[in-house]
Amino acid sequence: MAGYAVELQNVVKQFPGPTGELVTAVNNVTMQIRDGEFFSMLGPSGCGKTTSLRMIAGFELPTSGDVLIHGKTQGQTPPYQRPVNTVFQSYALFPHMTIGENVAFGLQMKNVDKSEIGPRVTQALEMVRLPGYEKRHPKQMSGGQQQRVALARALVNRPEVLLLDEPLGALDLKLRKEMQLELKKLQREVGITFIYVTHDQEEALTMSDRIAVMSMGKALQVGQANEIYERPNCRFVADFIGETNFLDGTVKAQTGREAQVELASGLLAVANSETTLTPGQKVAVAIRPEKVGLNRTSAANSFRGRVDEVVYIGTDTHYRVRLPGGQALRAREQNDRADSLPVAQVGDEVTVGFDTAAARVLVE
Amino acid sequence: MNSVWKRLRSRENQSGLLLISPTLLVLIGLLIIPLILVVITSFGQRSADGNIIYAFDITNYLRLIGYSQTGACGSTPAPCFDPLYIGILWRSLVLAFQTTALVILIGYPLAYYVARAPAKRRNILLFLILVPLWTNFVIRVYSWIMILRDQGVINQILGALFAVVHLEFKPLTMLFTPGAVLVGMIYEFLPFMILPMYTSLEKIDPALYEAAADLGANTFRTFWRVTLPLSAPGIVAGTILVFIPVMGTFVVSDILGGRQVILIGNLIQNQFLSARDPAFGSAASILLMVLTLIVTVFYARRFGFGDEVVY
Repeated sequence: MAGYAVELQNVVKQFPGPTGELVTAVNNVTMQIRDGEFFSMLGPSGCGKTTSLRMIAGFELPTSGDVLIHGKTQGQTPPYQRPVNTVFQSYALFPHMTIGENVAFGLQMKNVDKSEIGPRVTQALEMVRLPGYEKRHPKQMSGGQQQRVALARALVNRPEVLLLDEPLGALDLKLRKEMQLELKKLQREVGITFIYVTHDQEEALTMSDRIAVMSMGKALQVGQANEIYERPNCRFVADFIGETNFLDGTVKAQTGREAQVELASGLLAVANSETTLTPGQKVAVAIRPEKVGLNRTSAANSFRGRVDEVVYIGTDTHYRVRLPGGQALRAREQNDRADSLPVAQVGDEVTVGFDTAAARVLVE
Repeated sequence: MNSVWKRLRSRENQSGLLLISPTLLVLIGLLIIPLILVVITSFGQRSADGNIIYAFDITNYLRLIGYSQTGACGSTPAPCFDPLYIGILWRSLVLAFQTTALVILIGYPLAYYVARAPAKRRNILLFLILVPLWTNFVIRVYSWIMILRDQGVINQILGALFAVVHLEFKPLTMLFTPGAVLVGMIYEFLPFMILPMYTSLEKIDPALYEAAADLGANTFRTFWRVTLPLSAPGIVAGTILVFIPVMGTFVVSDILGGRQVILIGNLIQNQFLSARDPAFGSAASILLMVLTLIVTVFYARRFGFGDEVVY
């Protein structure tokens, strides 16, 4: 392992707020980003992901803590001396320069030999599939094209780390999907570490080697896409990524990794827990709707309930089942049979069930 | 011109014609007709009792460039050459260039500072820039006499300072010098440069500064490659707003230059008022207009008309 491309060590960033008090945007974040990986910072707006990125770029300096790039502490280093480049959300292409001049800008600033600049600009534009666009002006290009120019302008400098601040935010859905795959492919080709900031969980899941889920200035969980989705470590992560049923209750007993939780209705659920719980503790059992089955009596957890909503969405049908205590459990059935008729109607009495391994006990 | 009329006459533009008609009437009545009268007058002659004899005579223009066929400028009746008026014209041109250049140099940092200030402070600063314009132009120029004269503010402060270190102080002569006129011009026209420069600086997306820094440009190179080119339209607009009025103004040079600094504006004013030779004054006006037009057109060709460059 080549080590870490970027390390954040106990980074705190505070800004003066509108009434003069300090607002903490990033609260004691520590994370390591591995060399050559596609790393995403994911979270709702105001979670500190963009501020974290801007501290790596050097646009903001940490109030305390340290940013390291390939082991070197950055301290007060200004942006123009850091071995990173940024793709901005607004692209920030220079409107008075041609595409060629935009892409050449970074090389000129680093005093790269003139004879080398031309070929490298051409190569960078070919890489983002815009060959021969050197003479155009940014205004003459579509949003997607400008996005690619911004990418070429950053990558032509061969940065140690590429920072991307919601670069696809302004594109329409179809183009965004295309660009996601293209970005991922490009990252594999150039082998540069990408740090990608987004609020779109699907985008993060599609592209990233690893994801940091952030909220309120903290990094809640860092891991691979499937880890984050299958084994969320807290209620926020489970709720933010995908859809989750939360069944509130209290711990009754724990044997090894299996915990018995008494739900509000008095029903008993058995779910996985990675932490040691104390009986009587308030917890929630989290279960993904696609892991809940209708008429699955064999499962370790199976409850009787009444269907009160059926939504057909093509590939799947979504059911909401009301349990005796009033709690609702959403279930998702794939329409993979030839007739694709719903397995239950509104008002039907059904059994809903899920496996112990698929359910997790979350403390907060 | 023809196509403009065609467009104005076409049916879909009749409401347009209606909209511009007040301006059109004002322009025809107060600009075009007087201008034609000035052109006609400029070819006339002054009669012995100070009236205008209309003719077609280019003597006024020859006199402006200093040529006299009858030897009016020499001691013999042979044709002679006197560069008096050319000198005045040249001095006006140089002063206009100096004023414009200095106003750019003084105004740019201020415009930049205001444009990058937080929104709340920005409005206060803009207000402060505009406040002097509430006072009458002539009064503001007069106030400079208080500052510049031999017993004025500057000389009194300097005198007091010299007295502290026991040195003999001889008051500086500042009033009624070309320098005083230059200071007055700069003071007078600074806001007209700052405002357009501010407008174009304020429009620059702050992300562009960050992008430049991100790509390795230090503060100086960011300014040279990004800030300056993007604010150029404001500088061009300001230059046109300052250069043209400075070329023709006579109030500042009259008050702060005494009789020592004669500009083309003073010459024209004198011809109409004291010398009572409107024909010669008209010729000088036309010459000033043509000269200003040539400089402005040349400048606009080179840098655009201060409008947004179409990228």
